[in-house]
Amino acid sequence: MPKVEDIKKVLVIGSGPIQIGQAAEFDFSGSQACRALREEGVEVVLVNSNPATIMTDFEMADVIYIEPLRADVVAKVVEKERPDGILAGLGGQTALNLTAELAELGVLSKYDVNVLGTPLEAIYDAEDRERFKQAMERINEPIPRGVTVTSVAEAEEVATELGLPVIIRPSYTLGGTGGGIARTLEELRGIVSYGLQISRIHQVLVEESVLGWKEIEYEVMRDANDTCITICNMENLDAMGIHTGESIVVTPTQTLTDEEHQMLRSASIRIIRALRVEGGCNVQLALKDGSYRVIEVNPRVSRSSALASKATGYPIARVAAKIAIGLHLDEIRNDVTEETPASFEPAIDYVVVKIPRWPFDKFSNADRTLTTSMKSTGEVMAIGRTFEEALQKALRSLDIDKDFGAGYENWSETELKRLLEIPTDDRIYAIYEALKRGIFSINAISELSCIDPFFINKIDKIVQMEAKLKANLRENMRKAKRMGFPDERIALLTGRSSEEISDYRREEGLLSTYKMVDTCAAEFEAKTPYFYSSYEQECELKPSTRKKVLIIGAGPIRIGQGIEFDYCTVHAVKALKEEGIEAHIINNNPETVSTDYDISDKLFFEPLTFEDVMNVIEKENYDGVMVQFGGQTSVNLAVPLKKELERLGAKTIIMGTDPENMDIAEDRGRFSKFLLRLQIPQADSGYATSLEGAKEVVSRIGFPVLVRPSYVLGGRAMEIVYDEEELIRYMREAVRVSKEKPVLIDKFLEKATEVDVDAVCDGEEVLIGAIMEHIEEAGVHSGDSACVIPPQSLSADVIETVRDYTRRIALGLQIQGLLNLQMAVKEDVVYVLEVNPRSSRTIPFVAKATGLPLAKLAAKVMLGHKLKDLEVNDVEIGHVAVKEVVLPFLKFTGVDTILGPEMKSTGEVMGIDDEFDKAFFKSELAAYNPLPLDRGSTIFISVCKEDRAVIEDVARNLKKAGLSIVGTKGTVEYLRQRGIDAKKLKKLQDGSPNVIEMMHSQEIKLVINTPTDKQSYKDGSQIRRACIELGVPYITTMQAAKAAASAILGMQGSEIEVKSINEYFTK
Amino acid sequence: MKAILALEDGTVVEGEGWGAEGTALGELVFATPFTGYEEALTDPSYKGQILMPTYPLIGNYGVSGAKFQSEGIKVEGFVVREKCDFPSHYKNTRSIEQFLIEEGVPGICELDTRMLTIKTRQYGTMKACLNVLEDCSDEEKANALELARAQPDISELDLIEQVTCKKPYRLKGNGKRIAVIDLGVKRNILKNLAERNLDIFVFPANTCKSEILNVEPDALLLSNGPGDPKRGRNAMDMVKKSAGEIPIYGICLGLQIIALALGCDTYKLKFGHRGANQPVKNLKSGRVYITAQNHGFAVDIDSMDGIAELTQLNANDHTVEGFENAYLGIKCVQYHPEASPGPWDTEKIFFDELATIR
Repeated sequence: MPKVEDIKKVLVIGSGPIQIGQAAEFDFSGSQACRALREEGVEVVLVNSNPATIMTDFEMADVIYIEPLRADVVAKVVEKERPDGILAGLGGQTALNLTAELAELGVLSKYDVNVLGTPLEAIYDAEDRERFKQAMERINEPIPRGVTVTSVAEAEEVATELGLPVIIRPSYTLGGTGGGIARTLEELRGIVSYGLQISRIHQVLVEESVLGWKEIEYEVMRDANDTCITICNMENLDAMGIHTGESIVVTPTQTLTDEEHQMLRSASIRIIRALRVEGGCNVQLALKDGSYRVIEVNPRVSRSSALASKATGYPIARVAAKIAIGLHLDEIRNDVTEETPASFEPAIDYVVVKIPRWPFDKFSNADRTLTTSMKSTGEVMAIGRTFEEALQKALRSLDIDKDFGAGYENWSETELKRLLEIPTDDRIYAIYEALKRGIFSINAISELSCIDPFFINKIDKIVQMEAKLKANLRENMRKAKRMGFPDERIALLTGRSSEEISDYRREEGLLSTYKMVDTCAAEFEAKTPYFYSSYEQECELKPSTRKKVLIIGAGPIRIGQGIEFDYCTVHAVKALKEEGIEAHIINNNPETVSTDYDISDKLFFEPLTFEDVMNVIEKENYDGVMVQFGGQTSVNLAVPLKKELERLGAKTIIMGTDPENMDIAEDRGRFSKFLLRLQIPQADSGYATSLEGAKEVVSRIGFPVLVRPSYVLGGRAMEIVYDEEELIRYMREAVRVSKEKPVLIDKFLEKATEVDVDAVCDGEEVLIGAIMEHIEEAGVHSGDSACVIPPQSLSADVIETVRDYTRRIALGLQIQGLLNLQMAVKEDVVYVLEVNPRSSRTIPFVAKATGLPLAKLAAKVMLGHKLKDLEVNDVEIGHVAVKEVVLPFLKFTGVDTILGPEMKSTGEVMGIDDEFDKAFFKSELAAYNPLPLDRGSTIFISVCKEDRAVIEDVARNLKKAGLSIVGTKGTVEYLRQRGIDAKKLKKLQDGSPNVIEMMHSQEIKLVINTPTDKQSYKDGSQIRRACIELGVPYITTMQAAKAAASAILGMQGSEIEVKSINEYFTK
Repeated sequence: MKAILALEDGTVVEGEGWGAEGTALGELVFATPFTGYEEALTDPSYKGQILMPTYPLIGNYGVSGAKFQSEGIKVEGFVVREKCDFPSHYKNTRSIEQFLIEEGVPGICELDTRMLTIKTRQYGTMKACLNVLEDCSDEEKANALELARAQPDISELDLIEQVTCKKPYRLKGNGKRIAVIDLGVKRNILKNLAERNLDIFVFPANTCKSEILNVEPDALLLSNGPGDPKRGRNAMDMVKKSAGEIPIYGICLGLQIIALALGCDTYKLKFGHRGANQPVKNLKSGRVYITAQNHGFAVDIDSMDGIAELTQLNANDHTVEGFENAYLGIKCVQYHPEASPGPWDTEKIFFDELATIR
């Protein structure tokens, strides 16, 4: 029963699409909050633009809006729903900013909506640099000396006074976007002018440098009765100067005395009191030799609080939501012990290590230096009883082809020194390598890296253990396992096979034990089955005798394998629970819903490697394992797990599609033969292990071709090659070709329409969830393309062919569960490009657009149900849903923004409405790419020759909508010849007026620019880059331009209307 | 070196020996803070006990001596999952192992401390024997178990006299006079009093009332200390005789002894409270404070009826955390406002009030 009795209906704002700096953690906190509020009998209205979230599932809230997260749109939701309160603190910076805007617009006062939890004033105090400074001064908390400035000149003055280097922090931005360290005045000018542009209030702080100090964080909670508790503290391995989201973080702190810990803890509590936060709050502090500075306060749940929740078992978001409706901490139960109240501080008896997951594999040109601005897309967390164990588990959870061990010999000594000194994603490996070579002392490494010698010593222990293992395996095996060494590396070090090592361990009884995360270091009996592995004496895991299934999760959020797979994992759990089967999850991502302690019947927080997964399977002796939901990571485990389970004679089976059949879909050669047999058209293809071979293939199939190395995820190193020159370059530079790893060459279908299909098959029948038509042509990675349900331009015949192929392929592969197909339609011929025998990125979008919970249905099919018994049918929808993507170019300066076969997007939004134009308009708005509607708005158009025919229609539509057009010479002349009025702008180097100037002065409201020939390519990329940095909406493909123009015209004279998902599906 | 840890329930665990060679007897108790081993090791309240932190990595920041709570180690033995041999801290003077060796205290490491914590939670606090030796033979193991079981119960030990000061002493200040009955007082209690400029007179536990009243104190403070409060007869008598004449304050064991003196009862908790995360609810404000605690005994809440007013309660298990008797001028807390180790949330509240004695 809420303490505040008049709060009966609450609006919860989500965080929108997954972006760098704002990832799955807000789906986790938002869904926890929704559940917590509904437990207290509060009606929940939810608004979020991201369909790939659990929080937007029907059962999560009473009313769900998938609408753009813009103040004017949310205002309409408020007007329609009339909530009593609004919960701002659980949807990240997006929700906080939106709530502030709604208050400023007078929407909240007009409809009498209370801001629940932390008051707005506190948010301003924490977020506005100047007010924060004043607040800290009032309570005598030391902060780095600094001055807020609004111009570059002012910044220079301040920096000269403080002495360089200085730190620059823009106000109101996500994940520290636009911040940086300026070591010279020149650097200062660049960072400040950029920071001023992107700050919502055009303010940046220039501040004393505490570079090299220890960075410590506290997660604090406070209720309306002023009870304050800290959930845990965290120590960043990387010293001040690197965003905490970019740092390797350990919980609890390792190198602080009790006095230092209490000093910082007390400061954090004084701060949360002074700010009058009601809910959760994150405090960041810098510490050096006993003195400290307060760096930053986030008056909301955050990525760090998600980490703290998973690291301790304490559900911060859940408790924050309850505090927001008036409950006191001691009135909220600790669900883990079920006996003690939430008003305690968790005690930890293990070590937690978090490592960020960076997308540098996708952005090979990006600057890999880690700074105060975030670049990572996700993170992994690992738990161990030793630091070494937690660290090594975390490293292998990253699911990249790097680990301690071999592979760093080619770093020269100078390079190594630079890697130690300048932080990049490689630094941790550089420390290992430096220790292994013995050329730097522990203190020298510590000085170069500003990482405490304690941690360097720990890594040194790992290096030493490698030598010990080589010398005497038997004697050191237990110790090595306690330090987190995987069998595979022990095997490598000792010249044996992994199988030998694991069999040897079984003989010796050296098996992993499982300990509980229980919030209280075993002081109380815990009811929550949340486990991590270690090599200890006692195993606390009590395998149940019920029928049970292990679901393998998706690991860290990365480009190509995002929150969508966590969504599927959670749905699989729900399906199993509905069937009365025990559902266990193994995963290592602390941000997600799937690793929430009350989602599964048992949660194993573990790396997703063969060994770590096998250990759990052996312990629990499952009936089955589900590998289809966690994306490529778990699919890759299917074959090896199956082999090992058979070798050990275990009863556990891989559920669903036979791994053997999955392999047919995954292996290009086998798949091609399979399609041939079914007589389904495919693009001509071949593979080559040398340049000569590649040339031969091309002479057979002709340019252009799509080239890629075999076995890649999310289109890595995939390119479209138009001529021999490019082919030679690709074969020489882009890939290291070998006999084992050939390059795949497909005929590239130009100007083809791409189609995605998600389906479920039970071996007999096929349920087609949806056919999605891509807005962008084939050639843009399907993950980066906007798409629409239902298809808008495909003929009935083509759709029937797509359905037919889907059915035949599904049945041909004997699919039991999910499959995703990608096809291309050219001149009414349907070609099958790819089949993924697993969950896909589009499953949640399909679920939200059509109401079909495909992942759940697939899980039921995998359990043996037939589709006809589940009583589901293909659905016809009366509305239109558009998925649009968000791209992280803002975070990677110097990277061009055009789309290609390599996936670059981090997340997605959905626009849903009764017709395509409106849905597309909403999707662009939600993707922070608003299309201009005001008459007289100026649009810049510059397209390549081939696109001119299309641009004519686009321009006519735009003119009809009353917009004016400016452009480059070629495009403008072409339009004028066709009687369309357009104004010519100068080339960038020819002076005023040019497009960049007009973008600066905010005259241009939309840029349509397609990549052109090499001469004007530079101009184009400069313009596109400026769009990103100045926040001007932009379009880089003709298909999107067409859709946009049509949407702009379609929206004329009408306003955005909001409609809940519930309304779309109740007739 | 090897080591054996034997518990009265028959558990015998082998581990690596560290610290001093030899045998330690006492109750095995677990404590949940992840920092503050220096303070805990030197806390006189741990006399008669073998201490086991639940946090697995101990000694990371070495030993500085700055936060010792008495002149040296008071625990009988030290059980840790992993000791750190390369401490890193700007104040560090020596490793935790050197410190144990200097003080002649045996330790055991490389054993599953969480397993032992769970055993303790299930069985209750157990008598234990920790033996650091060259080699662990079956005979030595049997011997250790025998020693563990044969030792007297903590309630049969006079531990206070082992930790109280030998002679009275004064820490001069300009403020009111406070007489501290040293039952094993932690340095940070005295430091807190001194910081508030009180004129402090510290007396051994067995000092008689007249000797104390001779210095004309404005208040009495019964400190923390080890063991069963029922063994603190002298202090109990003194409270009985002085109650009503002079304001009396108590911390931890001090509270328990005052409660006994007033006629309440105490009992032994199953496995005690030892942590830096214990929630205490102030019954007047309804606010919860996180406190440092280290006690194995508690006041029977039902025995307090009509004797004292319950002012603070443990939010976890609803045991007595504080009481007052306004008429007699008595105010006590069960937890440690002086922390060391632990949170500072109640330090100012408790000692500021104490410094404003009528």
